[in-house]
Amino acid sequence: MQLRTKNPVTSGVTNMFIPHTEAERDEMLRAIGVNKLEDLFCDVPERFRFPDLDLPPALSEMEAVAQLDELAATNDTARSLISFLGAGAYHHYIPSAVDSIIRRGEFFTAYTPYQPEVSQGTLQAIFEFQSLVTALTGMDVSNASHYDGASATAEAGIMAYHHFRGKRPRMVVSPSVHPHYRQTLQTYMSGYPDVEVLGYDQDPFGTPDQLIPLVDYNTSLVVVQYPDFFGRIFDYTNFAAKVHEMGALLAVAINPIALALLKTPGEFGADIVVGEGQPLGIPLSFGGPYLGIFAVKNAFLRKIAGRLVGETVDGQGRKGYVLTLTAREQHIRREKATSNICTNQGLMALAATVYMSLLGKSGLQKVAELCYQKAHYAASRISEIEGYKVIAQHPFFHEFVVECPRPVAEINEILLDYDILGGYDLGKEYPSLNRHMLVAVTEMNAREDIDELCDALQEASHE
Amino acid sequence: MNIPAELKYATSDEWVRVEGNIAIVGVSDFAQSQLSDIVYFEFKVDPEETIKKNTVFATMESVKAAADVNAPVSGKVVAINEALTDDFEKINTDPYGAAWMIKIEMSNPSELDALLDAAAYEKSCHERSH
Repeated sequence: MQLRTKNPVTSGVTNMFIPHTEAERDEMLRAIGVNKLEDLFCDVPERFRFPDLDLPPALSEMEAVAQLDELAATNDTARSLISFLGAGAYHHYIPSAVDSIIRRGEFFTAYTPYQPEVSQGTLQAIFEFQSLVTALTGMDVSNASHYDGASATAEAGIMAYHHFRGKRPRMVVSPSVHPHYRQTLQTYMSGYPDVEVLGYDQDPFGTPDQLIPLVDYNTSLVVVQYPDFFGRIFDYTNFAAKVHEMGALLAVAINPIALALLKTPGEFGADIVVGEGQPLGIPLSFGGPYLGIFAVKNAFLRKIAGRLVGETVDGQGRKGYVLTLTAREQHIRREKATSNICTNQGLMALAATVYMSLLGKSGLQKVAELCYQKAHYAASRISEIEGYKVIAQHPFFHEFVVECPRPVAEINEILLDYDILGGYDLGKEYPSLNRHMLVAVTEMNAREDIDELCDALQEASHE
Repeated sequence: MNIPAELKYATSDEWVRVEGNIAIVGVSDFAQSQLSDIVYFEFKVDPEETIKKNTVFATMESVKAAADVNAPVSGKVVAINEALTDDFEKINTDPYGAAWMIKIEMSNPSELDALLDAAAYEKSCHERSH
């Protein structure tokens, strides 16, 4: 490696990963009529051409790995700590088979191949993913996935806007939708000068009905979450009816694990279901890659962005899989496309598919039940500690809000001394809630972990 | 190729049948045969809206491509052929009859002068099919 050299291009590159010999390079240069390699860079101003980089001496691979290991070891992870942190990304057990299967050479790519029909296995996996998502959500059609829950939510905004051909520029979004989803939706919609997004300034702990007065005949989309950001479960049946009375579409952001226990959004009349697929066998990984879920009712089949895989038969009647209905994508519609999304989160969709297949319907229900029961045990234990108040006027799934006697940031510092990763500090997104902690409990938290949390919370309750 | 003599044509392959100050619009036989089987048809305007010449009033997809349908004249949309949204195969089977798309009350009938007659349109199709 020549990181310190003045001219990394020509100073006898010995990098073993570059396959061309000096003689071959000379031959190529002669073929295009250039004397030396530097001449290819003559359009770059000379002083920028080969800057002297102030880099430390090169390391061998062995030294580099050692240094990276050392750096990685300074991180605390959900594995080394007892974690009660959720807020949209959850620590679940991932069966070993998930990783083994997605790492198979035939599958191990982040992309749907450019000649997708050549990769029948990849397409079949995506088709299974779509089928599983529709079963879980009670919807008719799922696409092959988006980047994450936030980008999927933003796509719902774009879809609704174009569904009404821009004639309904208002969107109403519950303040109890994940703040990152709301911010992403806002960013996506900022390119549409007439769109107004309302609802963020409503009472975060209010009920969905507080949004209804904001929904008018100019409203294209209403977005709620299920369970919501604070873990609360609302039956949106009547709410959906009221939204539909105004002719608007209802998008529901879901947690797929919770759906194993709950009435599906399809049953209460959601038009669009979006969600974060990370809980389905995808590790926390410091925030990504994650998986965006996007499903709709049949009426919107031709309005959805992204790719869709369909099952068909070939000329000889053999079953096969194809990319279908990609007419909204920019590679076909060009400048008239309604979305720029031309891709999906292929490897993560595969992981979710393998996870759901391994667990099956009853396994997924079991995970959801464990989460629910452990969270309710934790809530009842915490509510017994002096100074702490569990806010639970509504049913909740595996996450709940605790009002603390001190700022959450201070309590979490103390919990960390006990090797406990505390809940999410709601003050980060809702400044008035800096004493409110969002506690997530999954099947990974043993009863002893919860009891330890309670002991530590008690310790942390006073200065 | 069927190019009825009594109709007028846009170079973007829409036909116009003039009835008084109403322009009835669809897409030509040449257009449907180039696209092959239509699999989707959707209006981009509602009745009572005014549209300008050369703006998109519908979009359709075939097994080969997605295509926009443009208004050959300006005016108010007085009717749209709703049935076509479900029965889009008619675009392939009866492009000049059952597959009429919209009726426009023309605000500027002189725009018709810029359209092609059947002979000129046939020439245009002929040139493009090479």
